[in-house]
Amino acid sequence: MGNKIVIEPVSRVEGHGKVTVYLNDHGHVDKAHLHITQVRGFEKFCEGRLFNEMLAITPRICGICPVSHHLASAKACDAILGVKLTPTAEMLRRLIQYSQYVQSHALHFFYLACPDLLFGMESDPATRNIIGVISAQPELAKKGVFLRSFGQKIIEYLGEKRVHPNAAIPGGMNKALGTAERDFIASQIDQVIADSLLAVNIVKDFINKNKALADGFASFDSNYMGLVDANNHIEYYDGKLRLKDKTGIVLEDKFDPKDYLNYIEEKVEDWSYLKFPYYKKFGYPAGMYRVGPLGRFNAAEGCSTPLANREFQEARKMSKTGILQGSLYYHLARMIEMLNAAELIKALMQNDQICGKDIWVNGSIVNEEGVGVIEAPRGTLIHHYKVDKSGKIQKVNLIVATGHNNLAMNRAVFEVAREYIKDGKVTEGILNRIEVAIRCYDPCFSCSTHALGHMPLELSVHEADGTVREILSQ
Amino acid sequence: MAKVKVQTAWLDSCAGCHMSFLDLDEALIGLADKLEFGASPITDFKHFTPCDVGILEGSISNSHDEEVAKELRANCKILLVLGDCACFGGINNMRNLFTTPDIMARYYATESTTKGSVAPTSIELPGLTKVRPVNQVVKVDCYVPGCPPTASTILYALSELLNGRIPILPGEIMRFD
Repeated sequence: MGNKIVIEPVSRVEGHGKVTVYLNDHGHVDKAHLHITQVRGFEKFCEGRLFNEMLAITPRICGICPVSHHLASAKACDAILGVKLTPTAEMLRRLIQYSQYVQSHALHFFYLACPDLLFGMESDPATRNIIGVISAQPELAKKGVFLRSFGQKIIEYLGEKRVHPNAAIPGGMNKALGTAERDFIASQIDQVIADSLLAVNIVKDFINKNKALADGFASFDSNYMGLVDANNHIEYYDGKLRLKDKTGIVLEDKFDPKDYLNYIEEKVEDWSYLKFPYYKKFGYPAGMYRVGPLGRFNAAEGCSTPLANREFQEARKMSKTGILQGSLYYHLARMIEMLNAAELIKALMQNDQICGKDIWVNGSIVNEEGVGVIEAPRGTLIHHYKVDKSGKIQKVNLIVATGHNNLAMNRAVFEVAREYIKDGKVTEGILNRIEVAIRCYDPCFSCSTHALGHMPLELSVHEADGTVREILSQ
Repeated sequence: MAKVKVQTAWLDSCAGCHMSFLDLDEALIGLADKLEFGASPITDFKHFTPCDVGILEGSISNSHDEEVAKELRANCKILLVLGDCACFGGINNMRNLFTTPDIMARYYATESTTKGSVAPTSIELPGLTKVRPVNQVVKVDCYVPGCPPTASTILYALSELLNGRIPILPGEIMRFD
């Protein structure tokens, strides 16, 4: 008779959800589901609003990466107006985007994920958190605080607020960057680059010391997707979408993101509110692809800045095919991106146009449809609006980063459960291992369900008839 | 001095209020000496235990949110609600203009969704309710609005609590966006 194990909820990730592991007659793992348990309804309740309000409404999907929704929304609105941004406006949009990468990646690594790497996956849960890091390694914690704070300050310069800024407007930006602000950013940037490099090295050390774990933990075949520039370097704000398969063969070389409907479809499963996007040509579920830092890393051929590119090329050599598929490599790709973003900010500060005042172009509604696509820190983010002639929103479609990773996160949970749960025996340490697998993806369930919440982990073993045999929790 | 024990949760929200708390930056390191965190999205403690201060972010939008709010209320001496969603329902109130079937019908029939899909019905998934502020479900002791409240507003509220006073925000830091 089969058993069912339920894990609810999971912490140090950003969302509401739970995990169910089904055991077969021999007590081995048969299947595993990560259920996303909330729906917020932005696709419906934005209907009837004016399109330019979307830049303020949609960031409220996520307080961790509000800049992502703000910019994807701005780009969709630019498309409705049919406008091309001034050079300064595009540079400022890129500045706020790169700044969000620094703050979001620093938040994830230093505040949420590094306790697992520093203290061990099965260490004492009482200190396995940011407060534990502050006590054990205060200098390191201060660097994390500094990096996040640096990114947040730039967001505040451009948008008046650190969370839910009002920076972009359809056709440009709301506010120019002052020279004093530029000088402050320029005075800090070398330290930001140095600390980002340090973070890259922490992850590299961890991987070198735990190579077998890194290669084997939650490792599985999948396709990969991300935006790239004309040189196939990782791109964050604009560019074309590129897809590769598990061996590195290019499946789609730079398609226009506005044509996403030709390539991506979302399947609905009865056990999760979150839909399951997949690559149409491969069907479901073979069309599983991963996005976010590792998705971009595997889909691209390099980074556009020297230090990040050096780390990128070195990381590539960690596997024969150049494709890294272990979920723990997400951490390495993420820190390389933080370094990349810091170097990109430095380059922007060296261009006098960054303080230009020509930051907005006027326009009127020329298109009744607009698609805005950017790379959010957690992966590709698609905003698609349809408006009437007066600019009232008729239809909204959103596909967010954690949504793209839904199939992959389910697979990661399955792989870890299958490896560590034997003969129906589950221990507390396994709980955090499953959480570690989910945490690699830095999932933001607030984005994905357009909802978010706390997922402490509880694991209960159910008999096939539904009665609870035992409950384990941390 | 014994540390003040704080537990937090986010309900139907964006986590922005918790992020604003983390925006305390260096002040966070100072607070680590005075505050002790129990169950919270930023720790691995999974269940509420008796504590001094409970902090809730987000509105009550499904049956699970309601359970979490009641459980935290039962475990804390003072309940503080953080942000517009918890104080008033916030942006989530926009959902109340539509019926739940309409909300679900659109999400599961977007242009990118497989044709003919229907909304999930699994018993594993809590059903949506009307969006409500926290005080419609449990007693609330203090309100810190804002979308999100700034880090300095949150620090003011926590400092007042640490000094044994229920925070009443002065006009200049009371804001709703």
